[in-house]
Amino acid sequence: MLLTADDLAALWLTLKLAATVTVLLFALGTPLAWWLARSRSRWAHPVAAIVALPLVLPPTVLGFYLLVAFGPHGPVGGITQALGLGLLAFTFPGLVLASMLYSLPFVVQPLRHAFEAIGERPLEVAATLRAGPLDRFFTVVLPLARRGFVTAGVLGFAHTVGEFGVVLMIGGNIPRSTRVLSVQIYDHVEALEYAQAHALAGGLLLFSFVVLLAVYAGQPQRRSF
Amino acid sequence: MTVRSIRCLMFALALALTSLPVAAKESITIAAAADLKFAMDDIVTAFQQAHPADQVQVIYGSSGKFTTQIEQGAPFDLFFAADISYPQALAKAGLTASAPTPFGTGRIVLWSATEDARKLTLQDLAKPQFRRIAIANPEHAPYGVRAVQALKAAGVWASVKPRLVYGENIGQTAQFVQSGNAQVGIIALALALNPAFAAKGGYAPIPDTLYDPLVQGFVITRRAAHDPLAAAFARFIDAPVAQAILRRYGFAGAH
Repeated sequence: MLLTADDLAALWLTLKLAATVTVLLFALGTPLAWWLARSRSRWAHPVAAIVALPLVLPPTVLGFYLLVAFGPHGPVGGITQALGLGLLAFTFPGLVLASMLYSLPFVVQPLRHAFEAIGERPLEVAATLRAGPLDRFFTVVLPLARRGFVTAGVLGFAHTVGEFGVVLMIGGNIPRSTRVLSVQIYDHVEALEYAQAHALAGGLLLFSFVVLLAVYAGQPQRRSF
Repeated sequence: MTVRSIRCLMFALALALTSLPVAAKESITIAAAADLKFAMDDIVTAFQQAHPADQVQVIYGSSGKFTTQIEQGAPFDLFFAADISYPQALAKAGLTASAPTPFGTGRIVLWSATEDARKLTLQDLAKPQFRRIAIANPEHAPYGVRAVQALKAAGVWASVKPRLVYGENIGQTAQFVQSGNAQVGIIALALALNPAFAAKGGYAPIPDTLYDPLVQGFVITRRAAHDPLAAAFARFIDAPVAQAILRRYGFAGAH
C-alpha cells in the first residue's frame, strides 16, 4: 500500500469524526424528525426549511459564517470563551459541530419520511392497548422505522466522510485533529503527489459506491425507475 | 411548468445571450500567488489605463495548485508564483512560452489582528498566550516552507508546532488571523502592508537571514505563446509604474 502514517491518521480521524457526528445526529435528529413528521405547528415548515438548508447552500456559506461565529467576537466564540473552552475553530469539537450542521438533513429527512410512512393507525392501536407514549415509540415506531434509521445512519456517516469545503475553511489542516481524508487528498494533489492522492481518492470512491449500493439494495422493490 | 413556458424561457435566454455587448478586444487570465493579491490588483489597474478595451482577469491561489492546474491544461496565460521554482518546473515540462523571470523577493512578517504585533519576535511565540499560530501549509505553499525554516532557525519550532494551524495559501492564513481565530500568524509582508490589514495590530518583520529567499517568478504559459496582450503584460512588469507598486508592497530587490 502507498498509505503513509499521515494518510492513516487522516483516515482514522475521518472515521472518528463521522462516527461521532452520526451518533450525535441520531440523538438530536430523532426527536426533531419525529416532531417534523407529526407537528401541525406553524413553525414546522420554517424548521423543515432550516434543516434542509445545508442541502442547497454552498459549503463556503456555512464555513464563512462558522468561522466568524467561532471567532472571539462571534456569538459562539463569546460563549465558548466565557465557559473557559477557548475558541472552536481549528479544533475537533469545532469540526464535529460544523459537520452536524452540514449533515443534519441527511439524517433528519430519511427519519422524517420513515415516521410519516408509519401513519396514525399503528399508534392509535397501541394506545388502545394502553401503551404509553414512550412505550409506543420504542415498541412500535422504532421497529417500523428501522429502514429509515439505517438509511439515515449510512447517509449521515458517508456525507460527513465526504465533507471538504467547511473543513478547509474552519479546520486549519492540523494533523490528527482536523486534517481529514478529503483535505489530505487535496494537499497531496497540491504537492503534486499524485500516487498518494490516487491511493486515498480511489479508496474513497470505492467506499462511497459500496455505501450507496448498500442503501439502494436495501430499499424495498416497490417501484422501478 | 408547461412545455410552452419552458420554450418561452429558452427563447428569452437565447435572446439575452446573443444581445450581450460585443466581447472586449482581447482578454488574458492570470494565475497569481495569494501574496500578490493587493499588489497585482494595483498593477492590473495601472496596466488597464493603457489597455482600456482589453480584459485582464486575475485568479489568486497557492503556487502549488496553479502548477498542477497548468500541467492539466488550465486556461491561464501568465503565472505569477511566490517561488520561482514552480514556473521553473513548468518550463522544464515544456509548458511555458517564456523563461521564468524573477520580479521581486517576498518577505515574511509576524502579524496579529488582535494585539500590537510591532514589537513581537519569533521567540515571543513560545508564550502560551498565543494559543493558535497560523502559517501557510508548508507542504505546498512557499510562505509556509519559509515560516517553518524561520521557526526552526529561531529555536522555537518544538514549542510552536503543536499550536500551528495551516492555511491553504498565504491569503487564507492571513484570514485566520484577521478573524481572530488565530492570535498571531506568519504572513507575507505584501499582505501586511495593505491598508486594511495595516490598520489592525501592526506587524514585525522576521529577519531574512532565518529563511531562504522567496524569489517571486512569473512565466508566460505555452497556450499564450502568440498572445500579444500576454506579452504586453509581461513587459509591463518591467515598467517603472509596476516596479514602484512592487516596491510599495515590499517586494524589494526586484531583479
